[in-house]
Amino acid sequence: MEMSKKTHIKNMRYEDFNDNEYLEQYVEELRRNNVPVALGKLSDIINWGRSHSVWPLTFATSCCGIEFMCVGGARTDFARFGWEVYRNSPRQADVIFVFGTIVHKMAPVLKRLYDQMAEPKYVVAVGSCAICGGPFRNSYHVVKGVDEIIPVDVYVPGCPPRPDAILYGMMQLERKIKVQNFFKLPEQPEVKEHVTPEENAAHYEAKLGK
Amino acid sequence: MKQNLANKFGWLTPEQLSEEDGRLAVTVPADRLQEVAAYLKECGYDFLVDMVGMDYGDRLGVIDYVARGESPADVIALKTSVTDRDFPVIPTVMNVWKIGQLYEREVHDYFGIRFAGNEDMRRLFLRESWKGYPLRKDYDASPEVNPVPLENESLEDMDTIRTVERDAEGNEHVTSRSLYTDDDYVINFGPQHPAMHGVLHLRVSLEGEIVRSVDPHFGYIHRGIEKLCEGYTYPQIPHLTDRLDYLSGTMNRHAYCLCCEKALQMDVPQRAVVVRTIFDELTRIASHLIGWGSMCMDMGAVTAFMYGLRDREKVMDIFEETAGGRLMANYNVIGGVANDIHPNFRKRVKEFIPYMRKMLREHHLLYTGNPIATGRMKGVGYLSREQVIALGVTGPSGRASGWANDLRKAAPYAAYDRVEFDQLLRTGGETFDRYILRLEEIEQSLRIIEQLIDNIPEGPYAEKVKGIIKLPKGDFFQRVENARGQFGVYITSTGGKTPYRVKFRSPSMVLVNALKEVARGNKVADLIMLGGSFDYVIPCIDR
Amino acid sequence: MWSFTQLTHWIDTSLHSCMSADWALFVEFVLIGVAVLAAYALIALFLIYAERKICGFFQCRLGPNRVGKWGIFQSVADMIKILLKELVHINRSDKVLFRAASFFVIIGSVCTFGALPFAKGLQAIDFNVGVFYLMAVSSLGVVGILLAGWSSNSKYTMIGALRSGAQLISYEISAGLSLMTIVVYCGSMQLSEIVAQQADGWFIFRSVPAVIAFVVYLIAGHAETNRGPFDMPEAESELTAGYHTEYSGIQFGFFYLAEYLNMFIIAAIATTMFLGGWQPLHVPGWEGFNRVMDYIPSVIWFFGKTFVCIFLALWVRWSFPRLRIDQLLGLEWKVLMPISLVNLMLMSVVVIW
Repeated sequence: MEMSKKTHIKNMRYEDFNDNEYLEQYVEELRRNNVPVALGKLSDIINWGRSHSVWPLTFATSCCGIEFMCVGGARTDFARFGWEVYRNSPRQADVIFVFGTIVHKMAPVLKRLYDQMAEPKYVVAVGSCAICGGPFRNSYHVVKGVDEIIPVDVYVPGCPPRPDAILYGMMQLERKIKVQNFFKLPEQPEVKEHVTPEENAAHYEAKLGK
Repeated sequence: MKQNLANKFGWLTPEQLSEEDGRLAVTVPADRLQEVAAYLKECGYDFLVDMVGMDYGDRLGVIDYVARGESPADVIALKTSVTDRDFPVIPTVMNVWKIGQLYEREVHDYFGIRFAGNEDMRRLFLRESWKGYPLRKDYDASPEVNPVPLENESLEDMDTIRTVERDAEGNEHVTSRSLYTDDDYVINFGPQHPAMHGVLHLRVSLEGEIVRSVDPHFGYIHRGIEKLCEGYTYPQIPHLTDRLDYLSGTMNRHAYCLCCEKALQMDVPQRAVVVRTIFDELTRIASHLIGWGSMCMDMGAVTAFMYGLRDREKVMDIFEETAGGRLMANYNVIGGVANDIHPNFRKRVKEFIPYMRKMLREHHLLYTGNPIATGRMKGVGYLSREQVIALGVTGPSGRASGWANDLRKAAPYAAYDRVEFDQLLRTGGETFDRYILRLEEIEQSLRIIEQLIDNIPEGPYAEKVKGIIKLPKGDFFQRVENARGQFGVYITSTGGKTPYRVKFRSPSMVLVNALKEVARGNKVADLIMLGGSFDYVIPCIDR
Repeated sequence: MWSFTQLTHWIDTSLHSCMSADWALFVEFVLIGVAVLAAYALIALFLIYAERKICGFFQCRLGPNRVGKWGIFQSVADMIKILLKELVHINRSDKVLFRAASFFVIIGSVCTFGALPFAKGLQAIDFNVGVFYLMAVSSLGVVGILLAGWSSNSKYTMIGALRSGAQLISYEISAGLSLMTIVVYCGSMQLSEIVAQQADGWFIFRSVPAVIAFVVYLIAGHAETNRGPFDMPEAESELTAGYHTEYSGIQFGFFYLAEYLNMFIIAAIATTMFLGGWQPLHVPGWEGFNRVMDYIPSVIWFFGKTFVCIFLALWVRWSFPRLRIDQLLGLEWKVLMPISLVNLMLMSVVVIW
């Protein structure tokens, strides 16, 4: 599978991403849906700017948030990538890192935060809780993955992930931004807006494979 | 005490005055709870350690663990229960122990028990519209009953206190009262707010810059850990205890393992005991560094926070080498520790001690002597010793007000009885005292580690334990001193593979309640700083 | 010392030679406008980069280093991103004022910026009431901040704006008084005149009241830029993002740029008024030394001194915790203002004597 262009990330060889074929699939999918993939100089410049300036929202619910602070700390300084301008207001942030478990009471808050962000916006689900509910999956009050509420761009597994893993996830997001065409951003995957109890039950049954 | 109680209350039968797990357990009928509670308070039992709700199957009950402020190790369990599962009512103990107010809300949330006399019976963690009481044994956990909500809880639900009373005919009378009037300028701090240490939600009523009242809302990270524990086997549960108060995860896990080992009457190898103690103290240092840093960050000094993180990484390195995990060391297991220490362990720790001492001096230089910092911290947020005991504020925050509550001294566990260290006490009770006490405790922790690191005995690092453990029947309660205060683990076993009920005492929960008390009348900026000075961890509260 | 007047004269005469006088004037206006805006944007971008890098070094970090050599294009990338972000429109906000607010802030700072003497002969306009003009225009920003806070219809922004109003108006007083001290000393409000008088020695080396005024101005000016330890209006840990909480995209970008440019403006005014502007360091009597100093271009002198002042501001910003609002106002009304009033009188005595 040949990509239209290989995303270049400084100090990171393209081959280093070999273990993660998601982007190639993503480009293929975009092509199938006739969404043009980034081409041309202007697009390149824009994507260069966008991918190097991704400001995260300060949002952490639990354990992974501490590891996120470590990413910002002296050891694994994410300011090197220009990510350290964390914004406290969702209006000014580009990416929301979901650190930690999202529970029923928090779900509408997270949804609202996501809605408040200005386009183009990205979501990174960090930690197994945010991905699928993690160790608390069987609980009565835990949302089984944030992708039930908001569309997710990058998943970073771990419980909690090491700072290096979070950095790797950030680079994946950088790659993803670089293959997108700013003038025709792909539609965000649909997330169901209103779920009736029946739909919810069917959804769970399908998911649990009953 | 047993004799005193028997003399005072002639109606107590010997079964009602029993010994369990090395402590006195008093069982009283619900209607006599208040007089026994008042008598206990008279006898000096002024510290309500924890309140555990119980579903015995046929009846619902509450266990109050009370201790003497003078000697926090001396604990009595006060049990009561009612048979009415439909509309259970138990008299409140909040007029005896003030913090009972918050604990009763928690029990109400989990079990639906109403406390007569406690007006504020809003649910503590779950939304008002949540159907069912999750910790009852007959709770229907299917997702259809309570689907993921897509709208925020209405402010009306959050601010209205509804009192439900039922008369003899079974008719319910609802009286409701709103916390705020239309004139109140109410502002939400949280759930997403940079200074809320997670997802605490404070509804703050302001008068200009001055805080008039604070109403904390919990539950934005309520994961139902206590219910989950009931479905897990004993060796599986420690995985969840780490994730309660993630900054002192090792200590929480230590408490759980101690509780199980006490129930099993198991002797842990000395090597494991010492290594556990060293790990506890290292965790405490890491936690205090974050606590110190985030308090400084709440006051606007980001650099201090970065310095705290920088030094904390050294501790994380030590953890990673021996335990394999950074934040979640996952190191203690029932019967010992998960694996032997790394050959580098001693060397690394010995390098760390002088490094940390040097850095502590730098931290004091950078921040403690700063006139702006001291100007803001001194004279703000005073808590007296009586208040601290009544509110159950343990740990560094309690000791800053002069209450000697360190369990490492009062009820030594692990290797704390064979090391020399000072229980630091300050009498100021102000923000500055809480701040400085944390930094000084780091010094004490280094002292403990210094004494132990050369004396790790040889031998096995863990007792052999089977994959499935069965605890003997009974109630077990074990506390340890974690970085925020007394962390307690309560286990009821019926002799099966899984516990019948598990409850964790969160030291952070009372700290938020203390914040509510002291913030009144201070400025908004002080509210944030006081939050930092108590150094609570929200996932530990919400569980 | 080479003067920029040669360049400007050359442009002026060559324009006049090929078009009518009106057109030449028009083209000159456009050129000046473009130059001021370009310099404005460049300096702001550089300052953003410098702050992130310096703050990184203070905190034992590296700071941006991936975008370009040592990350020098980091803030360019940020600007491209911010230009392309969606502008979020807030329901139930005052739409006109909401949009106007960010322009108020940026226009206030551009107007101030345009009147600064950057080098010998490099000054867009030289008012005879230059100091007065600087004070007047730079306080336009507070109107923008108040409007932003009020029109967003949010409680956080409202508190931020009110704090900001109280703070800026208070600190304007001692900033103004300390500038007045210099005006009293040199007897002119014209910036070029003030700079010219410092040819033989900067004011800060010439009298004690000037030193006091300099220190007071640095503190008050720092407070006027809304940066820590005086960042009450934004107070990240208290008010999420303060008065600009609801702004996104380039509207937020304006606030962001203006914040950094205000820092530059304060430092530049301090340089002009106290540190001799673009004048090189001259020591009376040391002819050789003075001649060597003259070889260094005046632009470098100006920006060098300004950057020293900015560095001081950054140093304070990243070392100190934030003041509380009552302490902040107390500092102004109980300490700085009495000091600057007494200082002004002291200066008058010195001048009369």
